[in-house]
Amino acid sequence: MAKSASVQLLGSWASPFSNRVQLALKLKSVEYELVEEAFYVSKSDRLVKANPVYQKIPVLIHDEKPVCESLVIVEYIDEAWTGKGPSILPSDPYERAIARFWAGYIDEKLETASGDEEKFAVVGKVLEGFALLEEAFAKCSKGKAFFGGDEVGYLDIALGCFLGWVKVAEIIGGGKLLDESKFPGLAGWAERFLSHDVAKDILPDALKILEFFGKVQAARAAATTAAE
Amino acid sequence: MADELILLDVHVSMFGMRVRVALAEKGIEYEYREENLANKSPLLLEMNPVHKKIPVLIHNGKPISESLIIVQYIDEVWKDKSPLLPSDPYQRAQARFWADFVDKKIFDAGRRIWTRKGEEQEAAKKEFIDALKLLEGELGEKAYFVSKSIAKLVAWAKRCMEKESVSKSLADPKKVYEFVLMLKKKYGFE
Repeated sequence: MAKSASVQLLGSWASPFSNRVQLALKLKSVEYELVEEAFYVSKSDRLVKANPVYQKIPVLIHDEKPVCESLVIVEYIDEAWTGKGPSILPSDPYERAIARFWAGYIDEKLETASGDEEKFAVVGKVLEGFALLEEAFAKCSKGKAFFGGDEVGYLDIALGCFLGWVKVAEIIGGGKLLDESKFPGLAGWAERFLSHDVAKDILPDALKILEFFGKVQAARAAATTAAE
Repeated sequence: MADELILLDVHVSMFGMRVRVALAEKGIEYEYREENLANKSPLLLEMNPVHKKIPVLIHNGKPISESLIIVQYIDEVWKDKSPLLPSDPYQRAQARFWADFVDKKIFDAGRRIWTRKGEEQEAAKKEFIDALKLLEGELGEKAYFVSKSIAKLVAWAKRCMEKESVSKSLADPKKVYEFVLMLKKKYGFE
């Protein structure tokens, strides 16, 4: 029997939260085993055991010890493999606080937006978020390529994982969300991030996501019909 | 040059309490400024334009918001005394996870107990008690994973909330209850 990897990620190529962890592991050149969880269909026993509190992906299992919540995992990766590869969080405490603040803002914004039924309200929240993040980008990047400066960092990962989904929303909704005339800083950053080595092989493109989305809808519809 | 530290806070806030506990553990001197949430100071609005909430720590003119972020900032800047977070990365991850859990499940449910009625309130109460049980179970086994401050804070919050949920009368902390009653009246939750 093969020895299981000392680093396992219970996640999915299709989950932006899982993508965050993958990006961080890639930045640190950490080898790991991605265990694909069909999170949209059911919760595996393995997942429930690793994350009894929320029963959600991603979960990083390092030497059999689980770490949950994507941003907590990213910080853990930065600290557990400190000295290996670039630092994910900035080194200055104030800049770290700012990076954590905006990452928290992104997750909070997403949570409130996903609760909204009205498409109009969701779009409004996303645009509001982009306006603030455009300012944040100017302050954090200080004229450089990424939120993290010359290198991809914590906030780039926290936000960048959603770029494919933003494109999907644009395709479905038929409107430009990340408009370069309104948000030039963010739009430029998005292009650079998506073509960066770290992101290229991990972030799924819009079409793949759309296909996945269709599959999820179908699976859920089938489950509902079966239950009736 | 001496550090200038100002804490914009509200006495009864559990989030503010976290920061005060952290500053006290480190023995740091600071200026406390009580905010009136019904009439927020221009300084608060300037220092936390995104959320307009307390607590906000202003260190040499630079603002830091969000209680858990402030606590980590304090731990990192004043790193030579009384560490607030464990030094081991795995234990730090656990501390961060549980602190986030407290925010999401306990404070949020607690807030809904105060502000909702009927079915929603009952659901919030159940969620709150379930969350406390889970936390107690985890802390009981792994107390050494969680920083002293967070453990203290949770114990404090639990004592407050348990008393409130057990008896609807004016229990300790009386101030919290009166404050919330005032809020309820002011914002029409009666």
